[in-house]
Amino acid sequence: MKITVKDVNYVSRLALLGLEEEEKEKIARELSSILEYMETMGELDTGGVEPTAHVLPNKNVFRKDEVRPADIREEALAIAPRREGSYYKVPPILEGEQGTEGGADREG
Amino acid sequence: MKAEFEPVMGLEIHVELRTQTKLFCGCSTAFGGEPNTRVCPVCLGLPGHRPLLNRKAVEFATKAALALNCRVASHTTFDRKNYFYCDLPKGYQISQFFYPMGTDGYVDIQIDGRDRRIGLRQIHLEEDTGKLLHSGSIVEAGFSRVDFNRAGVPLIEIVTQPDIRSAEEAKLFLQKLRSILLYTGISDCKMEEGSMRCDANVSLRPAGSRELFNKAELKNMNSFRSVQRGIEYEIRRQGKVLKKGGGVIPETRHFDEAKGTTRAMRSKFAAADYRCFPDPNVPPLEVAEEWVEEIRETLPELPDARYHRFLGLGLPAYDAEVLTAGKELADYFDAALAHYSNPKTLSNWLMGDFLGLLNAANLEVSQCKVAPQDLGRLLRLMDEGTISGKIAKEVFADMFATGKEPQTLIQEKGLTQISDAGELEKLAEEVLSKNPVSVSDFKKGKEKALGFLVGQIMKATRGKANPQLANEILRRKLQEL
Repeated sequence: MKITVKDVNYVSRLALLGLEEEEKEKIARELSSILEYMETMGELDTGGVEPTAHVLPNKNVFRKDEVRPADIREEALAIAPRREGSYYKVPPILEGEQGTEGGADREG
Repeated sequence: MKAEFEPVMGLEIHVELRTQTKLFCGCSTAFGGEPNTRVCPVCLGLPGHRPLLNRKAVEFATKAALALNCRVASHTTFDRKNYFYCDLPKGYQISQFFYPMGTDGYVDIQIDGRDRRIGLRQIHLEEDTGKLLHSGSIVEAGFSRVDFNRAGVPLIEIVTQPDIRSAEEAKLFLQKLRSILLYTGISDCKMEEGSMRCDANVSLRPAGSRELFNKAELKNMNSFRSVQRGIEYEIRRQGKVLKKGGGVIPETRHFDEAKGTTRAMRSKFAAADYRCFPDPNVPPLEVAEEWVEEIRETLPELPDARYHRFLGLGLPAYDAEVLTAGKELADYFDAALAHYSNPKTLSNWLMGDFLGLLNAANLEVSQCKVAPQDLGRLLRLMDEGTISGKIAKEVFADMFATGKEPQTLIQEKGLTQISDAGELEKLAEEVLSKNPVSVSDFKKGKEKALGFLVGQIMKATRGKANPQLANEILRRKLQEL
């Protein structure tokens, strides 16, 4: 599969990465070669193999519903770029912009 | 005039589960709390820590799926939904994208006396986001603040089929859904506090056609009333756009509570690409059939079943509906009925004096001081004639205020009904001698005069005389005269 600079632009925008033009071409080449290498797996007949979601055969790893306070507010705030008292300070989110009220799941 | 367009709508409802801790870590989920205190490396997405699934959340989600008549998936995965936003600390939300917990459910509602079944496409488990706060003018402030206490709290998202045809239907569906979920006890479903949130996909089609125009997604409706108002406005707005020959723009719109209108937030054309994939840190989940059955056993009798049982007791449909709308009131009814045998009298009292006093005091059923068996006893004392209906109401008001037993109050206040014939005869004679005009009126055939004379006995006994007995004695004495 060939990755183009257009693909790189799209993915880097989703990942919020700012790339230089030369970098984009280099990344397009590298990603293409990675995908080409992975394509060798296509030679295998996987018709009878169940799809796997995970590398380990674990399932149902649970935790009990018991509160364990971590008490890391100060440490966590200390590594944030900006804070305002006990809050993280972020660029202004205008009211009516995505998700200011609705909480999780913006698109459904 | 026949409507030109018909609305076609589906709802997406997010419900916070009432677990003690978050979906993947041991942070508390309690509402409120000092900002950013209920966080840990897992829910903040700091490196080197792994999410561990809360078993209770899986149980609650399964319980909800069962209560909503869904098929429960035997195999599901937890997937990352990737996007950047300030209220999402990890840069992705863990959700069930590929295999939702429950599918193909339904909720039955009644609208204008007709039964309607609203299909549910799916229910899945996912994490909530943090909260963004703005203070004062956003333009002047120049920044927003984030509190991550809510980030990672378990939610179920319930997605309906596009089966909803009016704002009224949307409201009734939501109320029924809330009632069912409250019965299961998996959430407190408080729309004002955001533990239940509803988005609506609204589109129109020409009446009688199958072809849909573009849809808009409505957000920020924080009460049942807002949902109804927001949808009503949006249906009108889209109708106007279409009548003018325009097209509805597929976009997310924000309901403005104060103005009662909706406005565009952002175009759906620029919809994000979430690049969902199974989270490598969370192993798959398999809910075995035995576990599902175990959870099914914990389901209480749900509103519909209870409604039909109450109809079977001889209650009118209206009573059954009012009594079963909330689990607490229905539980109270059942508990009182164990001590009293007339369902309709009990229902009248619950819907009348009981709810009246509760509402006036702004209390929940659980906060009522009157034990159900005491209400049952009070009504028995009334039926047996120990106290009159009027006195029973007074005693109930005292029970409501003090929580005392009815017998105690009746004794304390000397309210026992006077059913002693001898005592009433004496009273009757006094009344007759004091009211000669009424006596002669009665003799002339004025039946009403008897009512007045009974009233005099009631007055003299401050309502304690057994009115039926007083009536009989007076009539006999008048005829003897």
